[in-house]
Amino acid sequence: MIKIRRRTAMLGSVAAGAAGLARPAIAQRAVDFSGRTIEWVIPFAEGGGSDVWARFLAPYLSKYLPGRPNVIIRNVPGGGSITGTNEFFLRARNDGSTFIGTSGSTQFPFLLGDARVRYDYAQMPPVLVSPTGGVVYLPTRHGVRNASELGKLKDRELVYASQGATSLDLVPMLAFEVMGLKVRHVFGMRGRGEGRLALERGEATIDYQTSSAYLTQVTPLVQAGTAVPMFSWGVLDANGKVARDPTFPDLPHFVEAYEMMHGKKPSGVAFDAYLAFFGSGFAAQKPAMLPRGTAGEIVAAYRKAFVDAVADPDLQAKKGEVLGDYEQGVGDQVEAMYKVATTIAPEARAWVRDYLSRNHNVRFN
Amino acid sequence: MTAAMLDALAALLTVQHFLFLCIGVCLGLVVGVLPGLGGIAGLSLLLPFIYGMDQTSALALMIGLLAIIPTGDTFTSILMGIPGSSASQATVLDGFPLARRGEAARALSAAFFASLIGGLFGAAVLTGFVLIARPILLLFSSAELFMLTLFGLSMVGVLSGANMIKGVAACCLGLSFGMIGAAPATGEYRMDFDLLYLMDGIPLVIVGLGMFALPEMVDLLRSGNAIADRAPLGRGWVQGVRDTLANWWLALRCSGIGALIGAIPGLGGSVVDWIAYGHVVQTTKDRENFGKGDIRGVIAPESANNATAGGALLPTLLFGIPGSGSMAIFLAAMILLGLQPGPAMADRNLDVTYTIVWSLALSNVIGTGLCILLAPGISQLTAIRYPLIAPFMMLAISFAAFQATRSLNDLIALLVVGLLGVFLRRFGWSRPAFLIGFVLANGAERYLYQAVQFAGWSFITRPVVLVILAVTLLSLWAGLRARPGGAVTVHTEGSVETARAKRLGPQIAFAVVALSVFAFTLQQGLKNSFLALIMPVSVAVVGGLATLMLLWALARGPESAGTANFDSEAKASDLGPWPFVLWFAGFIGVVSLIGFFAGLLLFFAAFLRVVARSSWIQIVALTTSAAVFVLVLANALNLVFPGGLLQDMYDLPWPFR
Repeated sequence: MIKIRRRTAMLGSVAAGAAGLARPAIAQRAVDFSGRTIEWVIPFAEGGGSDVWARFLAPYLSKYLPGRPNVIIRNVPGGGSITGTNEFFLRARNDGSTFIGTSGSTQFPFLLGDARVRYDYAQMPPVLVSPTGGVVYLPTRHGVRNASELGKLKDRELVYASQGATSLDLVPMLAFEVMGLKVRHVFGMRGRGEGRLALERGEATIDYQTSSAYLTQVTPLVQAGTAVPMFSWGVLDANGKVARDPTFPDLPHFVEAYEMMHGKKPSGVAFDAYLAFFGSGFAAQKPAMLPRGTAGEIVAAYRKAFVDAVADPDLQAKKGEVLGDYEQGVGDQVEAMYKVATTIAPEARAWVRDYLSRNHNVRFN
Repeated sequence: MTAAMLDALAALLTVQHFLFLCIGVCLGLVVGVLPGLGGIAGLSLLLPFIYGMDQTSALALMIGLLAIIPTGDTFTSILMGIPGSSASQATVLDGFPLARRGEAARALSAAFFASLIGGLFGAAVLTGFVLIARPILLLFSSAELFMLTLFGLSMVGVLSGANMIKGVAACCLGLSFGMIGAAPATGEYRMDFDLLYLMDGIPLVIVGLGMFALPEMVDLLRSGNAIADRAPLGRGWVQGVRDTLANWWLALRCSGIGALIGAIPGLGGSVVDWIAYGHVVQTTKDRENFGKGDIRGVIAPESANNATAGGALLPTLLFGIPGSGSMAIFLAAMILLGLQPGPAMADRNLDVTYTIVWSLALSNVIGTGLCILLAPGISQLTAIRYPLIAPFMMLAISFAAFQATRSLNDLIALLVVGLLGVFLRRFGWSRPAFLIGFVLANGAERYLYQAVQFAGWSFITRPVVLVILAVTLLSLWAGLRARPGGAVTVHTEGSVETARAKRLGPQIAFAVVALSVFAFTLQQGLKNSFLALIMPVSVAVVGGLATLMLLWALARGPESAGTANFDSEAKASDLGPWPFVLWFAGFIGVVSLIGFFAGLLLFFAAFLRVVARSSWIQIVALTTSAAVFVLVLANALNLVFPGGLLQDMYDLPWPFR
């Protein structure tokens, strides 16, 4: 089975990565960044989700890197984040003075095999992976009270206000497809906020919001009785299994919702494809990597710094909207989560490419 | 509610908070005065400092900056003829002619006073509507937004220059350029030549600077004199305030337009000034002087653009949906401060909202005062020989341009759009019409597609849609109804009488180029699936037909062509704009070889020596000050300058990196 093969391959390379890391770290001199300025490259413009994430973390990273260097954010926007990541991959100095943070929107073109992508995630050593989550909800007027009643919608056409077929909204698209919901995707939204507005206006009839937006924007609708939550995307546990979102412990996750609706577990190549993009878009959405060929001791110093930064009581007190309640991928977990974010089985990739070009006229040249 | 408002005011009036407000206002003034830099660049500058500040101080700082940019940018628009930011493009049309005939003081004071009215109006709108705006904003679905983009496009009716057909063609050309990149409907790529740079389209700031700044600079350089042909500032301070007071109803109407357009999520504020300008032309009887220095052409856009901020904060605070690029960064900063926008802003977090309201009002008052104080000093610039100012302008606009994606490509795009701007200006194709088309292209296509997908073609019968349609038709009628003896539209590119050519060759050649652009748009549009095809194909057909009609008129000979015959170079005896365009191209060429910073130093020295004939001492002094200025700014923004071939081969230390 594809699923099993993928998992074993994953474990194998995690072990290889860890071994490769351990060897040079012993012999060489200690890493010290004192008096240096470290650039954290963000391939998006100021003010985006990734920018906020990096700006929030930067002071804590600075505090725990050896020598307390100054960490600044350098935005390299354009080309839907492909431009900045390409440039980083091809040109960045691998002396620890610069590293990059990307997002699902950077991983998706890589996973889909977009010809414009020049970067290879497998070659960049990860130092942090931040997960995120989201909740799918419906307007109350469908008469669906929870996920077990989703079957009522089987023959109804739902409308989803999407940011685009190859955007992060590919995850809900695949989820609805796997679930067997008939959903028409209206593209061209600029951000999930516009999608929520479309639902509030009654134009869209199914929507999801990321966790923090759900809490502030949708909860009032739920309390007013106009919207009802269905399921969360969930998170991945240590074994790579989908588990409940810690932000919404009372809400079933996608796989549970599928079981409630169909009475069996989801499987098949479409589900594998969904899992890959769910991993890359949510469960391991934002990885931070050093340039390829960075020395092992520098990688180790960064990983240690992120472990300490995430454990910082001040960060824990302030993380609120930015990191949420999700467990950050640091230290030992980072390799496994990074794999989830950046790999896809060839069959699953072929299936998604075919699905997108058949249904949404997406061309892969 | 009143208690909450007074508490917020009291909190803001403590020394620390007030100080941050003033810092914000001062920074906003600088950012506004620098051509091309607007709210996005200004807030990006602040973002690294926001995290860790207390909420009230940070909000005061950011609102102080945002509120005053559309006041500060007036200096550049009126005194230099270059839009200080995208909010003040329309101000150039009448403000600059006023400055050139020595009435800069009057234009500036009228503009500042109108800005003040607009800013306070915006703050009042935010106060009054924050409690009730939610259901009103939800009335605007994609169908209504599509109609609003059509309303914006209808302004071309009065902004089409001497010849209506050319205006329509220019607007379609703008629409074509605006459609470069991913189709908003389906994500299919069009006209992108497989370049990653064009994937997101040409950045707006580059189009604004290329269209207006570059042609104006080249023109001023050719004359070789100072900008003002009379006393630089002149008297008229009181006159300007009186002008605005006499037109108080116009200022209020335009403030209303500004706040409304700003408040509707999704439309954005970049056309507010043009809509206000179109509005004043449509509603005025004696419109001969528009485009030649009519004070009302300054009052209208300036009151509207300051009111926009108050309106735009409504969807930002209530829905967490940014109405513009600068609001997106404001939103991010709020999240870093631990504030999540949403319904609570009109309820539990009302104190935050009122802090923003008061910051908005106070910074408008302080900013206007500062502008009036600074005006005499700044306007001395117009008395300086332009060749000495030009390199600084070049520095400022290229710096602003590469804020877009931080690469050499931005400068190349600026050069290409600038060349197009030079030609549009020369042949009397309205640049405002081009810009309106460019700005609204994406919205028009996006919202048409969404409206049809959500509601089918019956979206046209929605009540609010019908109201906007009626307003659009009314606005078209108001703009086009014939005036006995008066001009129908504003002569955006100068008077047709002085530009009648005997040789039509260049004009015909340009029209043929435009026609081939439309053919290309058609061919690229037809590759798409049906809903992504409608807009490019209709634009190509309308633009192509207009250009054919223009060619037909030109084919009948120089005299019978009438207003279609327009070539401002017809009677030129010098080499035309080309020597100065070459200087700019040369600058970019040098940058592509040795990088921006080194290229800049070289360009300054060469230009000042050859064109301005400066002494070596002057050259060293001016070049050093430019270098210091750009280094301070780049350092604050954590910028690495665009590199060239040299940077590809060697790893140099900053700033040469």
